[in-house]
Amino acid sequence: MKIGIAGSLESNDCLVTIKESKEFSIKVQSIVDVFYHDQIVELITSVLEDMNIKNVEVTLIDKGALNYTIKARLLTALHRMEANHA
Amino acid sequence: MHRSYLFIPGNNPAMLQNADIFGADAVIFDLEDAVSITEKDSARQLLKAYFETLSNPGFSIYVRINALTSSLGVIDISMVMNEIIEGIVLPKATVQDIKMLSKLLDTFESARRIKKKTVIIPIIETAKAVFEIGQIAQLPRVSALLLGAEDLTRDMEIERTKNGLEIQYPRAKIAFACKAFEIEAIDTPFTDVTDEEGLEADTLFAKSMGMNAKSAIHPNQLETINRLFTPTDAQITEALRVVKADKEAQKVHRGVFSLDGKMIDKPVVERAEKLLEKARHYGLLGDTDEK
Repeated sequence: MKIGIAGSLESNDCLVTIKESKEFSIKVQSIVDVFYHDQIVELITSVLEDMNIKNVEVTLIDKGALNYTIKARLLTALHRMEANHA
Repeated sequence: MHRSYLFIPGNNPAMLQNADIFGADAVIFDLEDAVSITEKDSARQLLKAYFETLSNPGFSIYVRINALTSSLGVIDISMVMNEIIEGIVLPKATVQDIKMLSKLLDTFESARRIKKKTVIIPIIETAKAVFEIGQIAQLPRVSALLLGAEDLTRDMEIERTKNGLEIQYPRAKIAFACKAFEIEAIDTPFTDVTDEEGLEADTLFAKSMGMNAKSAIHPNQLETINRLFTPTDAQITEALRVVKADKEAQKVHRGVFSLDGKMIDKPVVERAEKLLEKARHYGLLGDTDEK
């Protein structure tokens, strides 16, 4: 299975795991879930759409990361997943 | 003109998002020693995304890339190159590497339509670099030299001590070369972040040798470094008196005069003017001060 992991569980960071999957899914667990869950899902969706990636399962554990950190960790996880495949 | 350069690990989101509150004149985002080989890709991606969010950060931005002797350095530049970056800090610098980096920057600046010239700060941390300091200091794009004492003493196979006797020669050589070619001389970091007295003594000594800035590896070192490289009120007052007295002396065509029993000549006046220039830069001079 193709898989990519990036980030950490340290404060202000997030841990992103992305796997190849038949169905598209995004799971978010955040310390600011009540306020930002939808916004984080939207951000992940937007990054994946920009890269035309559909068949993946994304799990993100957020420890208060800002948007650019989430985006960077997601992109790194994606590249690592692709590199694992190659 | 900078007093302090703070190293921040390139893969640390918490430090990145607080970079503007530490009080450093310049921040060096590190992709080299502070980032493990398995996390280089992650750090590059994080810095790229971070730089894209910045507009007026309030401090100068530098990136320490990996050495150009590995393929990592080129990948670093290709990922993070951005208009907001003031310069690239080059580890294990040699004349040859700096020339190579300059050509790479030409290419990336042109390809990304970056209008400003990205500067280079070579780290002097090998015996070869110390030998080449005079040449390095006058290369195009080089805006400062940074002493890297830890790697240098390792290269020299000598002990690194707190009193720094073993780095007097490279410190002096850097200070002279930088003065000669009008670039900044940045001192090596003081690595014991718990020793405030040691930091103060080390900074004062480096300053006395002609260094005009110091790098830091922890935000808690910045207050001391900034304070010691900032003119004091007493120094400013004295410099203002000297410059004012010089103006009076010039009216009566006197090149040398006495102030409080001390001889004041051209070098003393020039020193006072330089100090006031620094004070002006840090906003320490009011309009009325200079009248």
